[in-house]
Amino acid sequence: MPRVSVEELKAIRERFRGFRRLREGKARARVVVHMGACGLKAGGRNILSRLLAAREQERAGEEVLVTVSGCAGQCDQEPMITVEVEGEDPVRYGRLNEETAVRILEEHAIGGRVVSEFVCVPSRTSGGVP
Amino acid sequence: MACAGTGCLSNRSADVKKTLQEEIARHGLDDEVLVVSTGCNGFCEQGPILVALPDGIFYQKVTVKDVPGLVEKYLLGGEPVESLLYRPPGQKEAVARMKDIQFFRDQRPIVLRNKGLIDPESIDEYIGMDGYQAMVKGLLEMTPEQIVEEVKKSGLRGRGGAGFPTGVKWEFCRKSPGNGKFLICNADEGDPGAFMDRSILEADPHSVLEGMVLAARAIGASEGVVYVRDEYPLALRRLQIAIQQAGDYGFLGEDILGSGHDFRIRVVRGGGAFVCGEETALIRSVEGRPGRPVPRPPFPAQKGLWGRPTVINNVETLSNVPTILREGGEWYARMGTSSSRGTKVFSLVGKVNNTGLVEVPMGTTLRQIIFDIGGGIPGGKRFKAIQSGGPSGGCIPESLVDLPVDYEELTKVGAIMGSGGLIVMDETSCMVDVARFFLGFLMDESCGKCTPCREGILRMHEILTDITEGRGTMEQLALLEELALAVKDASLCALGGTAPNPVLSTLRYFRDEYVAHIRDRKCPAGVCRSLIHYRILSERCTGCTACARACPAEAVKGKKKEKHEINAEVCIRCGACHEACNFEAVQVY
Amino acid sequence: MNLEMLDEIMRTYGYEESGVVAMLQDIQRKERYVPEAELRLVAERVGIPASRVYGLATFYRSFSLKPRGEHIINVCLGTACHVRGGARVMDKFTRDIGIQPGETTPDGKVTIEPVRCVGCCGLAPVVVVDEEVHGKMNQKKVSRIVEECRGVHREGVQA
Repeated sequence: MPRVSVEELKAIRERFRGFRRLREGKARARVVVHMGACGLKAGGRNILSRLLAAREQERAGEEVLVTVSGCAGQCDQEPMITVEVEGEDPVRYGRLNEETAVRILEEHAIGGRVVSEFVCVPSRTSGGVP
Repeated sequence: MACAGTGCLSNRSADVKKTLQEEIARHGLDDEVLVVSTGCNGFCEQGPILVALPDGIFYQKVTVKDVPGLVEKYLLGGEPVESLLYRPPGQKEAVARMKDIQFFRDQRPIVLRNKGLIDPESIDEYIGMDGYQAMVKGLLEMTPEQIVEEVKKSGLRGRGGAGFPTGVKWEFCRKSPGNGKFLICNADEGDPGAFMDRSILEADPHSVLEGMVLAARAIGASEGVVYVRDEYPLALRRLQIAIQQAGDYGFLGEDILGSGHDFRIRVVRGGGAFVCGEETALIRSVEGRPGRPVPRPPFPAQKGLWGRPTVINNVETLSNVPTILREGGEWYARMGTSSSRGTKVFSLVGKVNNTGLVEVPMGTTLRQIIFDIGGGIPGGKRFKAIQSGGPSGGCIPESLVDLPVDYEELTKVGAIMGSGGLIVMDETSCMVDVARFFLGFLMDESCGKCTPCREGILRMHEILTDITEGRGTMEQLALLEELALAVKDASLCALGGTAPNPVLSTLRYFRDEYVAHIRDRKCPAGVCRSLIHYRILSERCTGCTACARACPAEAVKGKKKEKHEINAEVCIRCGACHEACNFEAVQVY
Repeated sequence: MNLEMLDEIMRTYGYEESGVVAMLQDIQRKERYVPEAELRLVAERVGIPASRVYGLATFYRSFSLKPRGEHIINVCLGTACHVRGGARVMDKFTRDIGIQPGETTPDGKVTIEPVRCVGCCGLAPVVVVDEEVHGKMNQKKVSRIVEECRGVHREGVQA
């Protein structure tokens, strides 16, 4: 293996920082895809991969965390995601498809504006996620 | 994240991890959930431990059986599994998040900052936590003198025992004439009851390597040795992986980062001798000879390994160095007390609810450590004493529980900081027995070179044995004290010089217990076998026969559903009945 | 141990005196003790008196010059284990197996040895059986381990 220069060291650090943020939970915003059996059946997995791709495209890997959790208890609303922006109450969106989910990522998680038309319940907590 | 420290591995954490991976794959979650091994999490009492991120949910005592439920309920269902959460002693409410658990909340991790967070076998993850940034700074932006200056400013003192200022030691060696200086990292954790060095090497080995590169630069050494206990196979393996990775990246070897600084590290396995904690003995052991100390001066910083100037630093000391250089000496010095700066890792063990590793600022009181972080004494028993500093340390009684912990304060009360072993004792711990235990250990470990240590400890141990077996006399007690002072004064090295501490400190605070053993032929704590009897309280006995079945000597008599009795003449006082009884009917007198 | 294997071990450490402890450790890992023949050979090849190798093998506590059993039960008698009843655990082992600490059963199956701290103090009292750590020991668990060791024998005999 070639020796690592100071620049490469920095690059490794940057590359693994997202990993670190995930582990420390330090990102500015978090998008939770609810992937219980209900969410999976409603297409949660595709939504997750689209969100991850969109986040890459927006180069928002540092500030927005995309994670999964389980059933949020409102199975009829699936597929659902919950967006948590630092310092604000979490917002849950329901009955989404891949496009609307990406729009929420862009407008709310990155842009900071709640996409009111898809809000299912203004949740007190992020539901299933403690 | 599954803890894969020695503690948790012993609780089958590897099987738990494997099952977890299988279950996750079975539910098609492999893309979303990553299972990683980490080093020791420090909260060993509760192992095996799983920490789920990003939520920070802390699962404890997880068995293979629990895993399917955990995956379904938590990973799929999103609800924490109540039964696997941590419950603080005496409380009903479970605490889900790691940061809310008092054991973690009151700590201030610097050395342990990455424990349980990164994969110890991945250099990249260490780099992702700002690893090797201090090395860049130290090698490319600072002169060796500036490194020494920064460490002096931090007030860092040796964490292995004696507490000598690290920066001063480096400067001394730097200024010693002679080429081919050596740096030795002492990872031969000899103190029975302390395990922070093992844990650091298992959880964050690169922090030690980075500290070594910086220390070597500061003193002008191009060769380094890690002297590690052969009894720590996991630490040894992870250390070797880390050295390999750092070498591949060019962080070890020739001309590191183009700075012109060469540094190589070799691993030497210790043979298991407590006396090798003494610097001159350790050097002889690295040279392949029996580890017997030699008189100082010359100090190792002048004439050490193979006669060349050598610095020996302990694992924890070196692990502090990268953070000090990254954040600055002044930042570090703001923590702690006026004479002892920064934080210290303690291994909190014995009769305490939350055993494990804790890192707190110097000056934290024993009360905070034992009761706030440690969660107090199990089984509603009364706290009696805490033993600090290992076999060279002393016992601190309950009356001094508000003592702020730093090097000087501990020495003042007859104990020492040592490597940071804190052994909590309750009313069922006999102080004479503890003193005898330590002397027995030291008797085995004395290298035999000087007479006061070799013979003095032997004789003290004999007297203590007499006392615990009911043959002691008051004259012996006086002789014990006299001997202790003589051994302390006349021994060649610190092993003998501190060996009487367990005796002197228990005599100082618990003299009445010695007297009870001698005059009344009684062990108040119910430990010393020759002085105790077991008895069954008839009002509590339910006649369940558990004790009778456990007794190896057939000393318990009684029919099913009838009161049982112990025949004292046959009883060998093994305590099996006491352990077996579910109704606390078997009492010790 | 055959000569080739021994030679390979010695070569790893450059036939140097400073590597003798490591050589003995490697020999012991393979043989479970340091046999006299191997000890003498190390001395001969490294070029130092056998007495000096013997000195090292007896100074450092991890070496055994007596053959040890197929199963090695290390009972930790470190401080934390001591205050949590390590000595009782040791007593139970010696009682159940019928040998004293440091001894091996006549059939060469089991050795019981005390150790001073294996660094798992959070789990005290601790026992290490064939490098596997068992924590929070009590007398009941001892019986189970002894049974297991014996069970393994029986399987071993059948195989």
